[in-house]
Amino acid sequence: MDLINAVIVLLNYTIIPALTYGSQLALGAIFVTLIYGILRFANFATGDMMSFGTMFAVLLTYYFQSIGINFGFLPTALLTIPFAIFMMILYMLIIDQTVFKYYRIKKSPPVMLAMVSVGVMFVTQAIIRIIIGPTDRRFLDGEKFILKATEFKEMTGLAEGLTIKSTQMITIVVTIIVVAIMFWFLNKTKTGTSMRAYSDNEDLALLSGIDPKKVVLITWIIAGILATIGGILYGLDKSYRPFVYFNNMLPIFAAAIVGGIGNPYGAFFGGYVIAFAEIFLTYAYKRFLVYILPESLEPNSLMQLLSTDYKFAISFSILVIVLIFRPSGIFEGKRI
Amino acid sequence: MRNYLNIIIAYSIMMLLIILVGIFQSWSIALTIFNYCMISAVMTLGANIQWGYAGLINFGIMGYTALGGLAVVLVSVAPVPEAWSVGGVNMMTCLGIIILMIFSTRYILKNIQKSNKRNYLIAGIIIVGLILIKIIAGPAIEQIEAVDPAKTGFLGGLGLPVLFSWIVGGLFAAGLAFIVGKVALGLRADYLAIATLLIAEIVVSIIKHEDWLARGVKNVIGLKRPAPYEIDLQTSPWFINLVEKFHSTKLDLANSLSERQDILNQLVIDASSVYVKLCFAGMFLVVVIILLIITQKALYSPWGRMMRAIRDNEEAASAMGKNVVKQHLFIFILGSAIVGIAGAMMVTNDGLFTPGSYRPMRYTFVIWVMVIVGGTGNNFGAILGGFVVWFLWVEAAPIALFFINLFTAHLPETNEIKVHLINSAPYFRFLLVGIGLLLIMRFRPQGIIPEKIIKQ
Repeated sequence: MDLINAVIVLLNYTIIPALTYGSQLALGAIFVTLIYGILRFANFATGDMMSFGTMFAVLLTYYFQSIGINFGFLPTALLTIPFAIFMMILYMLIIDQTVFKYYRIKKSPPVMLAMVSVGVMFVTQAIIRIIIGPTDRRFLDGEKFILKATEFKEMTGLAEGLTIKSTQMITIVVTIIVVAIMFWFLNKTKTGTSMRAYSDNEDLALLSGIDPKKVVLITWIIAGILATIGGILYGLDKSYRPFVYFNNMLPIFAAAIVGGIGNPYGAFFGGYVIAFAEIFLTYAYKRFLVYILPESLEPNSLMQLLSTDYKFAISFSILVIVLIFRPSGIFEGKRI
Repeated sequence: MRNYLNIIIAYSIMMLLIILVGIFQSWSIALTIFNYCMISAVMTLGANIQWGYAGLINFGIMGYTALGGLAVVLVSVAPVPEAWSVGGVNMMTCLGIIILMIFSTRYILKNIQKSNKRNYLIAGIIIVGLILIKIIAGPAIEQIEAVDPAKTGFLGGLGLPVLFSWIVGGLFAAGLAFIVGKVALGLRADYLAIATLLIAEIVVSIIKHEDWLARGVKNVIGLKRPAPYEIDLQTSPWFINLVEKFHSTKLDLANSLSERQDILNQLVIDASSVYVKLCFAGMFLVVVIILLIITQKALYSPWGRMMRAIRDNEEAASAMGKNVVKQHLFIFILGSAIVGIAGAMMVTNDGLFTPGSYRPMRYTFVIWVMVIVGGTGNNFGAILGGFVVWFLWVEAAPIALFFINLFTAHLPETNEIKVHLINSAPYFRFLLVGIGLLLIMRFRPQGIIPEKIIKQ
């Protein structure tokens, strides 16, 4: 019985939150990695692009609520995803045509493009703040919990409760669907194969008649879908705040590099590595240990390895360690 | 002279803009902007040494700035004896353990061949060291933070003159740069950018959350100043006399003695703040000029030519027998040290240390915009970039407000769009700086004042 309680404690406080957070990071990391693999630059506007897509979802959610449209027990924001994605892709393509295209055709070094993306970051932040402002916004409606702690306790008769928030379930399910479709697209369709070929060897791909314009277009479309969905899921689960999205860029980069930048599978995996490391290292294990240890060994302190203040620092430390010992990432990087 | 004509013109325009602010807004604001421009210029000089001379991309400027600021607290604040007596011994032991860890790791790296055994040994040292530190420091930290938490709750500093901390700030930053350089300099350019960005975040999060060190997000206020305080000036007779002389015509216009006294008081208050800012401006100017002379000499020395050779063709330079790795590390440390000095200058100017305010947007990316806009590889350009971008950053909101009012003049005051736009005027600075960066990168990628190579 104690063992089950201990497992429930771990599930409730570490595994489920880590899976959720990991899914959100994974979507962002695949976005980073796609841009890096195909367009060949580190996109410092990542966080703000995700924020841009989410902004439309927030505004449309408010609009839908005001005219009385809702999605039953699911959040209304899910209904707005297609519109938000459309706006996001439109914005990305405008940016690409006006800004990035010039440097791509000139074959500028990647550092130059990264610098340009810093400019895009500034502009995107300005647009977001001018349209929606910097304040914290919640746009979650519908059913908040799938399983409440008290219900779970009644059902099973255990001392520990298990809570599953609907946003956690939605995040995990949506991520699995999106990522599955994307991998199928990259591996099984002709366009996907041509994208991988372009990423592996640009010259050879051009020689075999792959249209670079089409590859770039498809890349931005996929990137727009991933960025918007990742952003919306994060916003639903926590809340929407432009500044936080900018900060999220850092663990997302960490996830992409840890997994091996340019490699979508690696990025997907990297997201979970970062999330689990952050949560497992900052969780206070006291409650867990109380259940599994005999009474004489019960801990007095919180049994917390690091304070939660250092959440971000953990992901960066992992990144630094990976960069020193395996600069190409856990999976071989630069392959899509 | 003709070579320098465009530099002189660009600087004159910049000065004119600041003087215009002085005339139309106030001299106090103009001097504040000028001082911050100068601090930004020092940061930009540092970043320019790394990027312009050597092609190293350092997105960790925020971290070095914060360390420079920390140096001010650790050097100039008076020590807190109670905190030292309750936790000083333990914290010093921890410092000793850290130093021991570093030296033993170094010893192992030098004397044992590269193998799994070596990795395990190093990992073992780090883990044992961290556990020891956690056990020793844990209770001490709690006790230190419990000493009068509203006012102190930290160890305090050494109580030395604050100007000394500018040098210490540079040394702190150099120390961090040494570690970062050892770890990350082998990486490709964009990886290096990301790695330095993240390391800076780690540094700032440590400063933010280790309250025993510098009170963390509780901030340290009332730091010492190398300039006189306004209050002292307002009561000292020589200063009042000076103001009286300076404004004698204005004062003579007063009708009665009491009115004259009122005007004089107001003038003295205004003048005291201007005087303090002038003192800071003078000190900063000295730093900027010294750094400019040194960097300019270095750029055109054999060493500068070697750095450019390394930047433009690493392999060729290495084939000529230049130690690329060593030179990269050296220049990385040098540039970061200058940024550290700027960080210390900034905290001295503000008189307070607020770790919560260190954000990558303001302290890394804006500085980078300055470097790119001013002109990479040219010190005059870097300083100008610091001035131009900081000026835009500060004055963007008033400019935006002016244009919003101009374009929405026909709308009523209560119009929703107008109100919304006016409320979001501060955010136009991001737009202005971002568009400025994009335009410069597109149409003048070498910056306002491009790099000039003197043929010898």
